[in-house]
Amino acid sequence: MTQLSSTDTDTAAEAGPEPDERREAWAAQLADALGDDFIEHHIIPDSDLWVRVTRESWVDAATAARDQLGCEFFDWLSAIDWLPSPYGRDMDAQEDNPQPKAADPMEQGHAGGQTRFQIVVRLYSTTEHMGLTIKADLPDDDLSVDTLIPVFAGSNWHEREAWEMFGIHFNNHPDLRNIYLPGEFEGNPLRKDFPLLARRVKPWPGIVDVELFPGEEES
Amino acid sequence: MTAVSADQRQQLAYVATQAADARLNVEIETEGMTLNIGPQHPATHGTLRLVARLDGEQVVEAEPIMGYMHRGYEKLAEVRTYPQVTTLINRIDWLGSFANEVPFILAAEKLMEVEAPPRAQWIRTALFELSRIANITLFLGDMAVQLGALTPVFMAFRDREFVLNQIEAVTGGRFHPNFDRIGGLKDDLPQGWIDDTKQAMEKIRDFCDEFEELVLGNEIFQARSRGIGIVPPAVGLSYGLSGANIRASGVDWDLRRDGHEALAYDQVDWKVWTHPDGDSFARYWVRLQETREATHIVDQLLDGLPSGPIMAKVPRIIKVPAGEAYAATENPLGEMGYYIVSKGDLVPFRVKIRSASFSNISITPWLLKGVYVPDIITILASLYFILGDIDR
Amino acid sequence: MSSATVMSGLLAVEVPYWASAIIKLGVVALVVPTAALVLGYVFLLKMMSFMQSRLGPMEAGPYGTLQLLADGLKFIQKEDIFPEKADRTVFALAPLVVLISTFLIYVVIPTGPDAVVAQLDVGIFYALAVSSLSVVGILMAGWASANKYALMGGLRAAGQLIAYELPLVLAVMGVVIQAGTLDLQKIVAAQANGEIFGWGGIGNPFILTQFVGFFIFLVAVQAETTQPPFDMPVAESEIVGGYQVEYTGFRFLFFFMGEFGTAFAFAALAAVLFLGGWALPWGDLTHWGFNIAGPVIMLVKVLAVSALIFWFRFTYPRLREDQLQRLAWKFLIPLSLINIVVTGIFKVVL
Repeated sequence: MTQLSSTDTDTAAEAGPEPDERREAWAAQLADALGDDFIEHHIIPDSDLWVRVTRESWVDAATAARDQLGCEFFDWLSAIDWLPSPYGRDMDAQEDNPQPKAADPMEQGHAGGQTRFQIVVRLYSTTEHMGLTIKADLPDDDLSVDTLIPVFAGSNWHEREAWEMFGIHFNNHPDLRNIYLPGEFEGNPLRKDFPLLARRVKPWPGIVDVELFPGEEES
Repeated sequence: MTAVSADQRQQLAYVATQAADARLNVEIETEGMTLNIGPQHPATHGTLRLVARLDGEQVVEAEPIMGYMHRGYEKLAEVRTYPQVTTLINRIDWLGSFANEVPFILAAEKLMEVEAPPRAQWIRTALFELSRIANITLFLGDMAVQLGALTPVFMAFRDREFVLNQIEAVTGGRFHPNFDRIGGLKDDLPQGWIDDTKQAMEKIRDFCDEFEELVLGNEIFQARSRGIGIVPPAVGLSYGLSGANIRASGVDWDLRRDGHEALAYDQVDWKVWTHPDGDSFARYWVRLQETREATHIVDQLLDGLPSGPIMAKVPRIIKVPAGEAYAATENPLGEMGYYIVSKGDLVPFRVKIRSASFSNISITPWLLKGVYVPDIITILASLYFILGDIDR
Repeated sequence: MSSATVMSGLLAVEVPYWASAIIKLGVVALVVPTAALVLGYVFLLKMMSFMQSRLGPMEAGPYGTLQLLADGLKFIQKEDIFPEKADRTVFALAPLVVLISTFLIYVVIPTGPDAVVAQLDVGIFYALAVSSLSVVGILMAGWASANKYALMGGLRAAGQLIAYELPLVLAVMGVVIQAGTLDLQKIVAAQANGEIFGWGGIGNPFILTQFVGFFIFLVAVQAETTQPPFDMPVAESEIVGGYQVEYTGFRFLFFFMGEFGTAFAFAALAAVLFLGGWALPWGDLTHWGFNIAGPVIMLVKVLAVSALIFWFRFTYPRLREDQLQRLAWKFLIPLSLINIVVTGIFKVVL
């Protein structure tokens, strides 16, 4: 497995012949606005931009993206749990998977990261027709970050979802309670260490269950 | 269309909300009533629940409560192989199912760095637009029935059938096609399908003309929907409103034109419709125009359909290389996107589903302040949500 | 319906009082369910279906004619549910009040020279008065159900029915001025014997001179019978049936019969007031044959008016409560007042 996190320069050299100037400019603008809080960025030319900032500058980053880059459209907010699943690759019952792989080391994705949990927000500019993904690391002992509601009103429900699914606390959120799950639900379902019980008790066929391509005969 | 500038409209909307607040505060102090709309209420077509605090018939505060149909697709997708995930996500927006599959497949193709052959892209786009028609025709009838007109919904069901037949002829499924594959499509078009589809598009155009007079031209419909639920563009964007909802507020943004996904929209000649008013009427108007535009897109796509294979070369067992990718398309309800994190395995590591209705409906607490109970229904109907698209 | 009405009319002079009273009771008691069935089948099931490009019920009886009877039987079998917190007495009484108000209208509607249950001098006044009794029943239902939707529906109904009583009465005023009487029989006679500029070929049905009144009357009837575009008190998509929301079984059936019975009664009133009622302009109005022909003529006219009422019902969306009040107070009432003034002037001048 390859190392996912990388700096922009060598990825750009690998993936595309020429650098993406507009996205480079965006990243540079954000780096100017945030200073030391801007940690890393990653560009796939003509495709996407990832930016990692510190947790403390989370709201500032979103504000800067809105006011300076023109990213007025709040796309979504969520989180990623980078812990490799303790239940093996696909969580299936063990008879389906006689020799479970050893757990992978924890590896963060584009724009890197140090912690298990990362919070992700995607913003989009309806005039530039370009979006960016902002990430921030959350330390395990203090899973909390400031709310984005003053910047983007729509983040309210997305933050409630991230709260119930990952257990991330949003400071100053006016109404942090479950949005999908019943009020007395225990646990945070989208964490990797939350078992999907249905798959534990009933094996699921299909990992190698592939269909024929058009025009192909069964051999 | 009125000739009010964007600034004036924003100002008007602000004044309207302020006036509503003032009315609520000044009138005689009475005890409010909490009205529970749903989860079994005809206007929520599904299981959305709305808790509204009322003063007489005026809404002081309204809060949607959902999750009655939460199926945990993001978790389930983590234990399914990529081809299996499309079966699940078919069921997100169940009225335009094929359109759900496309962004997921596109995101996976981005990670795998494969691109479907041109013919597959064109057919994909045509089916995408057909599911848009199948979805929005129902909205056109449904909003009318929410406003009390009984007949349009039957006409919508009648003419929608022509489109569903065409989708079924290709995919074998009316509701859940599960037809899109990484690298192309499951199958080619059946014989005679192109002519049949063009006839169906003719019927849909007639249907749009009929509805333009029957519903949009109706004075009562206009009285009920004009000026109701005005969304200023800036507020709409900050709440993440997308699709026809934000285009009805005058934002000229359509991912079909502005997105850079591998679909054939740049090969045909079409127009993005916007309306400056931002009210319920505008949202209905935009959707009606879009349905008609979609029939033109389908016609052109079928005229210029390139020949060639419908599958790119992809391995039999699909392993997606490690990486992250986000792909979004302009679905019938708005922007739908999938953020896929892959670790080079058979199954995705994490799938974030960005569904349009969830964001579209999140504006309701702001929008419902100060309106009357009948306007709740108008606003909810005109924002147009599918419960599966909210609850996922 | 017709034969029983005729019988009572023919026998009214010969049988003792108690017998005629029982017959009249029977007639009225029979007319309401029959009227509800006829309107329900012809318009609600069939005309609506055809307008919506579908067939409607086809299984029960030929062309589904017995569907409503089957539905009625089903309703009677259903459990009679009282909500836990409901005011039981009021809850049980409410559908009866509504139904009685409907029954009482039929008492004065003439279908022939003798085929009328009670010929009152103030017939039209009486009919409009008892028709507004139903609002009491609806309010009772809305309050007693202990349900917020029902309460809102009941209050909406009260506001609406009161607001539309006025244009209803004022629309009729024109007819009354022109005919010079409140007696429905005399109004029929005035139309049959009337002349248009000296030509009596078709009599003078008041729809020709009182077309404004007819229009207002129809709109007000639409509101009185809570049909779209004025169906806010029941509005399925907003308040889920309003005051009817907690009713089941035969009590719901009563409301259903009341609704369609009232629609039929108002259509009959419109036929009497504006279309010449049971009479034909030629022929002797006192001839006994009209007791047999009259109900048939009436039925044709009633169905014609009902077709209009139901056509509106299937076509239009629903207004909002404030828009409804605005329509009544700012448009219909001034219009009907002008109509009365104009009618009065013509009455004096001609």
